[in-house]
Amino acid sequence: MNFPVLTTILLAPIIGALISVFIPKEKSNAIKAVAGITTFISLALSIFVYYIYYTQNLAVGGFAFMEDIPFITDLGVVYSLGVDGLSLPLLLLTNVIGFSAVFSRSWSIEKRAKEFYILLLILIAGVMGTFIARDLFIFFLFYEVVVIPIYIMVIIWGSGSKTKDVNKEYAGMKLTIYLLIGSAFLLAGLIWMYVLAGNMLGTPTFDIEKLATLNFSRNLQIAIFGLMALGFTSLISMFPFHSWSPDGYAGAPTAVSMIHAGVLKKIGGYGLIRIGIFIFPLGAKFWAPLIAILAVCNVLYAAFISLAQKDMKYVVGYSSVSHMGFVLIGIASLNVIGLNGAVANMFAHGVMAALFFSVVGYIYAETKTRHIPDLGGIAHQMPRLAGVFLVATMASAGLPGLITFVPEFTVFMGAFSEPAIRIPAILALTGIIIGAVYVLRMAANVLFGPRKTEWDGKMDIKGSYMIPVIVLVAFTVIFGLFPSLLMDMVNSGITPIAERLVEVSSQIGGNL
Amino acid sequence: MNINFSLFTIEIATALLGLVVLAIGLFLTKEKRHMLGYVIAGGLAAILVYSFGSYGQNTSTMDGMFIVDDFAVFFKQLFLIAAVLVILTSTVYVRKMGGNYEFYVITLVAALGMMVLVSAGDLLTLYVALETMTISFYILAGYKTDLKSSEAGVKYLILGAVSSGILLYGLSLVYGMTGTFVIRDIAESIKQMDGLSPAILVGIIFLLSGLGFKVSLVPFHMWSPDVYEGAPTPVTTFLATGSKAASFAALARILIEALPSYSGQWTYILAIMAAMTMVIGNIAAIPQTNIKRMLAYSSIAQAGYIITGIIAMSSAGIKAVAFYSMVYVFATIGAFAVVITFSQNTGSEEIKDYAGLAQRSPFMAAVLTVCLLSMAGMPPLAGFVGKLYLFSSIVNQGYLWLVILGLVMSMVSVYYYLLVVKAMYMNDPVSGTPIKVPVGTNVTLLLILVLTLVLGIYAEPLSVLANMAGNAIFPF
Repeated sequence: MNFPVLTTILLAPIIGALISVFIPKEKSNAIKAVAGITTFISLALSIFVYYIYYTQNLAVGGFAFMEDIPFITDLGVVYSLGVDGLSLPLLLLTNVIGFSAVFSRSWSIEKRAKEFYILLLILIAGVMGTFIARDLFIFFLFYEVVVIPIYIMVIIWGSGSKTKDVNKEYAGMKLTIYLLIGSAFLLAGLIWMYVLAGNMLGTPTFDIEKLATLNFSRNLQIAIFGLMALGFTSLISMFPFHSWSPDGYAGAPTAVSMIHAGVLKKIGGYGLIRIGIFIFPLGAKFWAPLIAILAVCNVLYAAFISLAQKDMKYVVGYSSVSHMGFVLIGIASLNVIGLNGAVANMFAHGVMAALFFSVVGYIYAETKTRHIPDLGGIAHQMPRLAGVFLVATMASAGLPGLITFVPEFTVFMGAFSEPAIRIPAILALTGIIIGAVYVLRMAANVLFGPRKTEWDGKMDIKGSYMIPVIVLVAFTVIFGLFPSLLMDMVNSGITPIAERLVEVSSQIGGNL
Repeated sequence: MNINFSLFTIEIATALLGLVVLAIGLFLTKEKRHMLGYVIAGGLAAILVYSFGSYGQNTSTMDGMFIVDDFAVFFKQLFLIAAVLVILTSTVYVRKMGGNYEFYVITLVAALGMMVLVSAGDLLTLYVALETMTISFYILAGYKTDLKSSEAGVKYLILGAVSSGILLYGLSLVYGMTGTFVIRDIAESIKQMDGLSPAILVGIIFLLSGLGFKVSLVPFHMWSPDVYEGAPTPVTTFLATGSKAASFAALARILIEALPSYSGQWTYILAIMAAMTMVIGNIAAIPQTNIKRMLAYSSIAQAGYIITGIIAMSSAGIKAVAFYSMVYVFATIGAFAVVITFSQNTGSEEIKDYAGLAQRSPFMAAVLTVCLLSMAGMPPLAGFVGKLYLFSSIVNQGYLWLVILGLVMSMVSVYYYLLVVKAMYMNDPVSGTPIKVPVGTNVTLLLILVLTLVLGIYAEPLSVLANMAGNAIFPF
């Protein structure tokens, strides 16, 4: 048997959490170091896996680095891990953001730092697990593991907002309840599918690939896809299930905002593609037009609201809701280009959002305010931070040469090739323009303008706080300049799913 | 009539243990009598180990009056576990009450009643066993000499007596129509009849009402918050775990083994009751400020989940009932053990006083969190696997709506569980004094924490036993 590299990636943060339990709570630096080392191990190994897959498996496609251990035999649960072109970018993303989040600056984690890092490590491991699981039971298990740590982190280390009457308890509970109710529907769909599959196959199974070979009747596909989509779309913050997201991000401490906006949300998109479209292609075809319409609402509605925000975290929060609209349009186009764009966009937005939350969190920790009118001119005191902020801004606006440009372009390529969703796609395009307006305006008002004396003596970003911004800026630029690193990988993962869609459409005749 | 006494070993040993302890207690001074709890716990643990040998017999004696199948053995083990854990956590109580060690013995007798109940193969044995259990609880609920406890005792006595009367009436109707008390013969006798007999239907409704009272199904749940709040907490714990699980087992055996021909009717009634129980239990738990009342409502909701396994009318369903009951017992005892210790230290049972428990006693806060979330069915805790067994067992029966309702309601329950978690973790403590945890409680808590975590990740050991229990009821 080969070295179980995926299990190692998965277990490293958990082992870190276990070690931290036994470190006295006064030694917060030691705990941070443990967290940093274990997440770095995961990051290095996932880069290694990405590299191996990219150089060796890309032409073949399919899952690699598989591990299968029977787990709960009477339920047919197998502890099966594996990565393909769809999950690898997201695994890499999780580790990049997880590693950066450990070193990001938050305003209050000096208080009870030990508990913070333990929960953070569990959170990182949980998110990773969802992306590398090939068994739906394992997938769901990891998905739900993350909800409670997030709640606890938001209510202990979170913050309220000055511009809205929202406190952290409210934000934390809202986020938790939305996600949990969504997951209840998801689980109901899972159980339904599991039982039906058990009847059809004779043995119960949660194996995604096995389930995808079954052809459920069209009505069942529509019903089960609908149930699951309720869960996944509320996770990806699709309109009208999005309102937890800006409140939650604003309330959460920096590291949690980074992970939540950066990767956790992407579980929704990943699930829609990997489970929804792959197992229920007919269901996906039925719901795609509705998803496209709601996605346009996402893009435009959230962008307009974002224009009116005065709290930096709300601007970024609504912008992330808006960007998820692009992902959803890509998914709704149901062709290989659109799906490629959707997945690539998830990766790109993840890096960009994490960078954004990281610098916003730094500014808040340093100046004790996120209120845009109170800020201004901080580029005088914090030039390095201003540079990073600008990179994030440009990436958010979709500047060519940065990570977000190619994915967004691909999404619209995919969407325009489907006549049915051409109009939604055109409407969504305007969202890019509004998106540029609100981020640029925020950058201008926060960074530039006359020098304000109250920011004199505030420290520029440096030391270990440089780690997250360097890592994230590097990814923004590298994947911007060499998009094929990402696009080829995603394409190899999407191909089998797109083939299944084509095969199904040829069976029923006609497109959409 | 052949009587195979070896089948009674577990019961006889338990009864002997009680008598021996009762005698030993007379020779001890009052200050030392609470130590007898450890003797009983040790004795019960030994019986528990021995009882593993009883699996796989699947036989009955005294012409079917007493059944020893894997289903019965599984539940006997559950009662033994519950009794051991409850007695371990109650030593502090007994010491405080001046060494009234009869408390242990009555608890033991209640457990004995439960064990006979799950083995009961005819309606009379079933009724007598149920009363042995219930009468012990009448005494236990009023054990403390304060107003609330007495109120709880009287309330439980009056309502319990009424429900027993209703149950008895239901049983007599079934007997009247079939002419036999033996459960397996009833099923045969009903098969011979043509069509449905209205009298048996009425009997079934009475039976569901009587046992529904014991497991606190809506609309027969009104007593439980008051009794749970007023009774001494160890008693509440045993009432919420042992008594409930025993009544579930009895319900499953009567409905499935004696009345399968009427399953079309009673599954329908039970499905409606389950839905109401889930909704009302969970919604009513939200505004509670007393943690014991909150747990009472949550345990009502739990009954709603467990009942779905009986509705399934399949081996998988019974397996789910067995599995989930065990997991529920762990979680409930864990939560109540924290409540007991906390109120011993601070004298409070209000949720808001749990503020800062994470700093005063991180271990207790962690255990309470894990237990509550396990009840809510959050992975990777044991409750999740249990709920998956339960809900997947009824999908084929066409109760998808019940699955969705159950899952949504479990997520609603997370809300009020998280309010406790929030108090413990977010708020700062009212006073900085650390909480003293007695050794017995510490052992209990650690055991429960480990079991709840391990069974959530690796459910195989328990699911094998639960599977045997399920196959004992549905051998085909």
